[in-house]
Amino acid sequence: MDSYDIPESTSSRLKDHFIGATPLQKRLESVRKLTSFVPPSPQRKIPQCSQLQEDVDPQKVAFLLHKQWTLYSLTPLYKFSYTNLKEYSKFLSAFIVAEKQKGLAVEVGEDLNIKVIFSTLLGMKGTQRDPDAFLVQILSKSHLPSENREGKVLWTGWFCCIFGDSLLETVSEDFTCLPLFLANGAETNTALIGTWFQKTFDCHFSPLAINAFNLSWMAAMWTACKMDHYVATTEFLWSVPCGPQSLDISYAIHSEDAKALWDSVHKAPGEVTQEEVDLFMDCLCSHFHRHFKIHLSATRLVRVSTSVASAHTNGKIKILCHKYLIGVLAYLTELAIFQIE
Amino acid sequence: MSVLRPQDQLPGLNAATILLVGKEDALLQRLADSMLREDCASSLKVHLAHSLPLPSDVNRPRIDLIVFVINLHSKYSLQNVEESLRHVDATFFLGKVGFLVTGAGRDSHCSVHRSTVLKLARAYRSPLLFCDLEVEGFRVSMAQRLVRMLQVCAGHVPGVSALSLLSLLRSSENPCLEDL
Repeated sequence: MDSYDIPESTSSRLKDHFIGATPLQKRLESVRKLTSFVPPSPQRKIPQCSQLQEDVDPQKVAFLLHKQWTLYSLTPLYKFSYTNLKEYSKFLSAFIVAEKQKGLAVEVGEDLNIKVIFSTLLGMKGTQRDPDAFLVQILSKSHLPSENREGKVLWTGWFCCIFGDSLLETVSEDFTCLPLFLANGAETNTALIGTWFQKTFDCHFSPLAINAFNLSWMAAMWTACKMDHYVATTEFLWSVPCGPQSLDISYAIHSEDAKALWDSVHKAPGEVTQEEVDLFMDCLCSHFHRHFKIHLSATRLVRVSTSVASAHTNGKIKILCHKYLIGVLAYLTELAIFQIE
Repeated sequence: MSVLRPQDQLPGLNAATILLVGKEDALLQRLADSMLREDCASSLKVHLAHSLPLPSDVNRPRIDLIVFVINLHSKYSLQNVEESLRHVDATFFLGKVGFLVTGAGRDSHCSVHRSTVLKLARAYRSPLLFCDLEVEGFRVSMAQRLVRMLQVCAGHVPGVSALSLLSLLRSSENPCLEDL
């Protein structure tokens, strides 16, 4: 199936094989590589505070925290330009108003005075090569001029790319790679925005589902993060596939205890290996089995919630900690890139 | 603790026995039914087991092929198979063991990564088959394939032995240098 039989000790990606290859060759190689590897490579960095994070104003990104975001993966955008953001705002507002008026019934009192704003998010990137993240907001214009001009935010969505090197290498100049899209707000608005982007930039959105394997990686990585104080307990939700209704098992532990368990499992500083993740989850499962005689490994992990962030298998996440924002997004970007490819 | 050995018993006349090991009761049962419906010159026997070792007090015929069934949706099934592998004698792995993986189609439900089972199959030098056992059509074609493999392993196909089948199956993938 694959000719890369990499010994366990290798942790770097195979960049040195691709010197002088055309973008198409690089793309083929990267696809083969990804289908043969564990999509996070056997060792992986614990999310550190990235140097670029110093540029990010905590107040500016505070609105990204404590909100539930629905994840989508997005193929590269064709001929997207950061200088045309005002025009994009105008076109998108016109499109949304037109679509809403096409509807069969216009609700009385529905506010069609909406405004769309495109803005760049500075500092939301992993390396200098990553394209800038940008934000789209739908605001309702306030009728009364005496009130503050901005109006209520109806919908927020933002596009970002954190450490997206594996995708950036294989894509030509005309494309902007922002594989991760996060949306908060009404589903109808998300669909409208998605349609407009797909028509304008020839890209494709698809919902990003997170499987149990990746959720357990996230649980381990986020438990490994050093926090000054824990705002939430660490909680897991398992779904038992049985009969007509599925049962849910919720397992909550104190975050300090989870960190203590992780520290006893963890060996190499700065790296997380597959064995450590497996051991961490096995410890939790065997503890549960000792008390309740239920094999959690036969059930499906659907939700992980820690003080850093929480994630559900249907692609909804909530980030709670400003310090590890980039780290969380880096992993999600990797999942999005894997789904695109 | 009894260990399964391939040459423990004499072969039965025109009999071929396969042992399916796995925790997924319903899937194994359906696979067994599909296999028994196949047209086959030998008389087929399908044994099902949750795990090894098998109870030693039962009189059973010589086992020609063991297939370990792993469900990617459940880490428990993988752990069970890894435990059971210890009770199989090394000489069985000369073509008379196979791994069957189900559940790879629904990636959102997977708790075990494909490369884990790939590494397992490579470590035991045995063929790895992927099949979604819940879908009727795939299950029937996998049953046909297993019946042919079983006939070879029981020695009912002249000119092909289990070991030669193993090397034929392996050369269809890119050979790893360490295997030589």
